[in-house]
Amino acid sequence: MAILVIAEHDNASLKGATLNTVTAATQMGGDIHVLVAGEGCQAAADQAAKVAGVDKVLVADSAAYAHQLAENVSLLVAELGKDYSHVVAPATTSGKNFMPRVAALLDVAQVSDITRVESADTFDRPIYAGNAIATVQSLDAIKVITVRTTGFDAAAAEGGSAAVEAVGSTHDAGVSSFVGEEMAVSDRPELTAAKVVVSGGRGMGSGENFALIDAVADKLGAAVGASRAAVDAGFVPNDMQVGQTGKIVAPELYVAVGISGAIQHLAGMKDSKIIVAINKDEEAPIFQVADYGLVADLFDVLPELEKQL
Amino acid sequence: MKVLVTVKRVIDYNVKVRVKSDNSDVDLSNVKMAMNPFCEIAVEEAVRLKEAGVATEVVAVSLGAKNCQEQLRTALALGADRAIHVESDEVLESLTVAKLLKKVVEEEQPDLIVMGKQAIDTDNNQTGQMLAALTGYGQGTFASEVKVEGGKAQVTREVDGGLQTVELALPAIVTTDLRLNEPRYASLPNIMKAKKKPLDVKTPADLGVEVTSHTKVLKVTPPAERQAGIKVASVEELVDKLKNEAKVI
Ligand SMILES: Cc1cc2nc3c(=O)[nH]c(=O)nc-3n(C[C@H](O)[C@H](O)[C@H](O)COP(=O)(O)OP(=O)(O)OC[C@H]3O[C@@H](n4cnc5c(N)ncnc54)[C@H](O)[C@@H]3O)c2cc1C
Ligand SMILES: Cc1cc2nc3c(=O)[nH]c(=O)nc-3n(C[C@H](O)[C@H](O)[C@H](O)COP(=O)(O)OP(=O)(O)OC[C@H]3O[C@@H](n4cnc5c(N)ncnc54)[C@H](O)[C@@H]3O)c2cc1C
Repeated sequence: MAILVIAEHDNASLKGATLNTVTAATQMGGDIHVLVAGEGCQAAADQAAKVAGVDKVLVADSAAYAHQLAENVSLLVAELGKDYSHVVAPATTSGKNFMPRVAALLDVAQVSDITRVESADTFDRPIYAGNAIATVQSLDAIKVITVRTTGFDAAAAEGGSAAVEAVGSTHDAGVSSFVGEEMAVSDRPELTAAKVVVSGGRGMGSGENFALIDAVADKLGAAVGASRAAVDAGFVPNDMQVGQTGKIVAPELYVAVGISGAIQHLAGMKDSKIIVAINKDEEAPIFQVADYGLVADLFDVLPELEKQL
Repeated sequence: MKVLVTVKRVIDYNVKVRVKSDNSDVDLSNVKMAMNPFCEIAVEEAVRLKEAGVATEVVAVSLGAKNCQEQLRTALALGADRAIHVESDEVLESLTVAKLLKKVVEEEQPDLIVMGKQAIDTDNNQTGQMLAALTGYGQGTFASEVKVEGGKAQVTREVDGGLQTVELALPAIVTTDLRLNEPRYASLPNIMKAKKKPLDVKTPADLGVEVTSHTKVLKVTPPAERQAGIKVASVEELVDKLKNEAKVI
């Protein structure tokens, strides 16, 4: 049987997380069909058809799916999912929102946030803030899976030539509606896909001081992240939170500035290739995971670093 | 308006868990347990709705072994009016928890159900959404603001990229994110009073739900440990190491 991957997209284009999810799905074994549900989402569907390894693209174009409302999208995915061995989506806030609903509608479990595919029914997933890895076997006929994108390389965005098919059915559960959104605009790379991430913590002291981080990030072409404490204090918006309950990142280089290294923060970044910690407290736990630690005042270090890069 | 709030007993968030040497599970013997932090936020939100005159009754529910009554007592001390314990010594998977909660919802008929977005033990982030599917209710997951007015809930959600606001018909399900509120601490007099508040115990059989397994945990292993690296003395040395040793810039 085939595998149904639910694409993450903004109607105009496919999000990178979809590519990592296609790779995970490929490892489960089977033809890969990608569902693009949205409104005016033909462009995203055309992109999905070009992704290497994709055999078929299904497009469900309806106002009901415009904002990925979980109540509506889950009805569609559960209807289509009945004919698949696996239903797979990235563990983004969108995937986390509708996928458990799909699982319950299909009366199956969801295996959340997998980092490795051991076989068609067995997966690794981090639990307890990444302090343990559970190898979980799904006993259900249909496996509903969300994928931690940092665990899988991105499939090639070009090279495929899948057929694109329209899906007729429209589901509107009628219990929810979209009111509005406030999206952070940034021309930096996306946090979860960036090669370099520079993050600031409570030690930054204020939102204005994040300009020091921005300056270094500009030099490195980096994304900017933050600890929960920095978000709670209102220095930066919520979507910059890295950690167990925020975003999971695994860049080539992660620079933690004024971050102590609580287990919840480490859960979101300890799979980075190289970790740098800048902290004035030499006892800070962040140094236990850092490849390079600099014990110093960040207000001296950041301007100097910007100059030397 | 009645609010139902779920409370899960989990490892205290300050504790770093260890894997058992036989790789069967994590070792929870003699480990400090507590209310899941996201459930604390859920209880706080429910109690604030009552204090604001929007809610009239707050009912806390927990599912699991006998000792989760400790967390229910905490919820009562924080302001819940009564509690329901669904007692079971078996591993309750999220789908089973959702099925049991659905029965509780049918009996209690709450207008709003507030849950944590994620239990910090198994980090599944799915039970609230599953309950929403089984009841057919709308869901406001990862909430940073909840407004209840005129038979509807407006929920602002923390999503990748920023914030999204949705409107839900009641009854509805809300799952809490970190910025929804700052939970209070229980005062000593309230802890004493909580001991006298009603706590009903039911079993899955009473609710007519069979506890089944859809997953099997084959093993639990420790993650790859990172070795601590070196301390550098200056920015210059740091830049040199990143360029010439790690070759990442
Ligand atoms: C349920 C739950 C979920 C959570 N989820 C997350 C999560 O997803 N992500 C997350 O990050 N946290 C999370 N946390 C919070 C976590 O436990 C810590 O509280 C948080 O990570 C601390 O942030 P911080 O390191 O910025 O602040 P602090 O721990 O206060 O550390 C600040 C650091 O800055 C240093 N510093 C101060 N001034 C300077 C200076 N001038 N120069 C250099 N260094 C300086 C200090 O030495 C200190 O080490 C969660 C907590 C709970 C309970
Ligand atoms: C090593 C290991 C791996 C596992 N992997 C999986 C897996 O991949 N998939 C799977 O389905 N199960 C798995 N399980 C079973 C898992 O323990 C249960 O799924 C879990 O206890 C149910 O809650 P949750 O952690 O999923 O909750 P989440 O969905 O993360 O919790 C969300 C909210 O639901 C409410 N809630 C959840 N459970 C309760 C409860 N018992 N009482 C009161 N409120 C509650 C709380 O408000 C909580 O904040 C695994 C178990 C183990 C030991």
